[in-house]
Amino acid sequence: MKQTNATAIRFENVSYEVDGISILNTINGSFYKEKITTLVGPSGAGKTTLLKMCNGLISPSSGELFIDSTPLFSIKPTTLRKNIGIVLQNAPIIRGTVFDNIALPFALQQKKLTEKEAILFLEVVGLEHTFLYRQAEELSGGQKQKVAIARTLVNKPKILLLDEITSALDPTSASDIEKLILKINKESKVTIVWITHNIEQAKKIGHFTWILMDGQLLESGESDILSTSSNEMVQRFTNGVLEK
Amino acid sequence: MTYTTLSLALVFVLFPLILSKALKLDLEKDTIIATIRSIVQLLAVGYVLKFVFNAESFIYILLMISLMILTATLNARKKGQAIKGITWKIAVTLVIIEVVTQAILLGFKIVPATAQYIIPISGMLIGNSMVLSILFLNRFTAEIESSHDQIELILSLGGTPKQAIHGQLKNAIRASMIPTIESQKTIGLVQLPGMMSGQIIGGADPVQAVQFQLLIIFALLTTAALSSILIGFLSYPSLFNERMQLLRKLS
Repeated sequence: MKQTNATAIRFENVSYEVDGISILNTINGSFYKEKITTLVGPSGAGKTTLLKMCNGLISPSSGELFIDSTPLFSIKPTTLRKNIGIVLQNAPIIRGTVFDNIALPFALQQKKLTEKEAILFLEVVGLEHTFLYRQAEELSGGQKQKVAIARTLVNKPKILLLDEITSALDPTSASDIEKLILKINKESKVTIVWITHNIEQAKKIGHFTWILMDGQLLESGESDILSTSSNEMVQRFTNGVLEK
Repeated sequence: MTYTTLSLALVFVLFPLILSKALKLDLEKDTIIATIRSIVQLLAVGYVLKFVFNAESFIYILLMISLMILTATLNARKKGQAIKGITWKIAVTLVIIEVVTQAILLGFKIVPATAQYIIPISGMLIGNSMVLSILFLNRFTAEIESSHDQIELILSLGGTPKQAIHGQLKNAIRASMIPTIESQKTIGLVQLPGMMSGQIIGGADPVQAVQFQLLIIFALLTTAALSSILIGFLSYPSLFNERMQLLRKLS
């Protein structure tokens, strides 16, 4: 791994367990600034837990996470979560219009998002301004996902965590979202960490890839490890022998 | 009414027993236990009240009210065991309701400060609060379980626990208050309240009975609002830790 990459989030011996069951086991590694890191691994590997930990929704049972060498859990939770945005799986949508959803992060801070600002965020995710006052629950899966991304972007996060955001989408919508995330990464220099089940997507999008299995970081490095790894488990996973 | 005539009223217990047996509802044992408990408990209360009324001591009044609060707390907490510290939260709520309502009733001299008034009114208000607390806790825990993603969404966007739980809290408060408000809309038209009916049967002037019933109705509105809101605001912080994380396991 290149030494020149600056670290955005660093894991130091991070473990997490629930009722004595290990979910994550001694994770060590870094996500790099302004890069896209994809997280792959079978269901139950601990990917979502790891992502939620970065947003402060879960604390490790042992070990520590660092943001620019500051312990992640020394940062005020509300500040941390504004700076490290997360788009959760299946994009939970709040009842109301698209505007209500996009304005939510501002509303939580007792601030008002103007219609003009909301339209700008819609444009960023490739939705037309006519969507602004449509009922969010009536949108298609892909449109909801875009609204969820726009909503997270309102906080102007430095790091964006994405949990399976294209897994329920048709290929066209998934491709739209991929392009959008690449654009956000390139133009806004946002660090991206993206959980995906799709190995091809992980290779195509990610600068770096982490392969998790049974709560352990099996391998990490530039995304070509998905093709070149000599690890038998990795090969079995990427060849589809293990359940993704 | 003599005990002989009262014993004839047990005929009413036979109907549910026969129906339960015929339809295999398996409620015979519970019906018999409930009948025996109600006879023993009410007769015991009758004798205790007679003693307390005659004694005219505030110590006995306080003891009776404390016993009511304790019993109501132990009963209501079963529905909220998933919430940490729910026992003292319910107890504090019931004590506040009792203090507030009695302060108004006695402070404004709406009722005389005697055991004959304080104890039955306290029983009605505490009992109603207990039912409301159970309704609230049932709905609140169900709301949290079904809205886990929504709560986590608000937290993930930088919201506080209070903001994250606001919708669920509001829904549970509303749901627990609605039966009280709805039943008051049809009171006198659909059903005659128990207390009023009892007074009328006992020979009291119907208008006087209605006046007391209205007093109780108005006080119940306060207890309805206070019970749900107090338990709600006392309970929600224990669903989160100091890192503003929604606890995986509520207890």
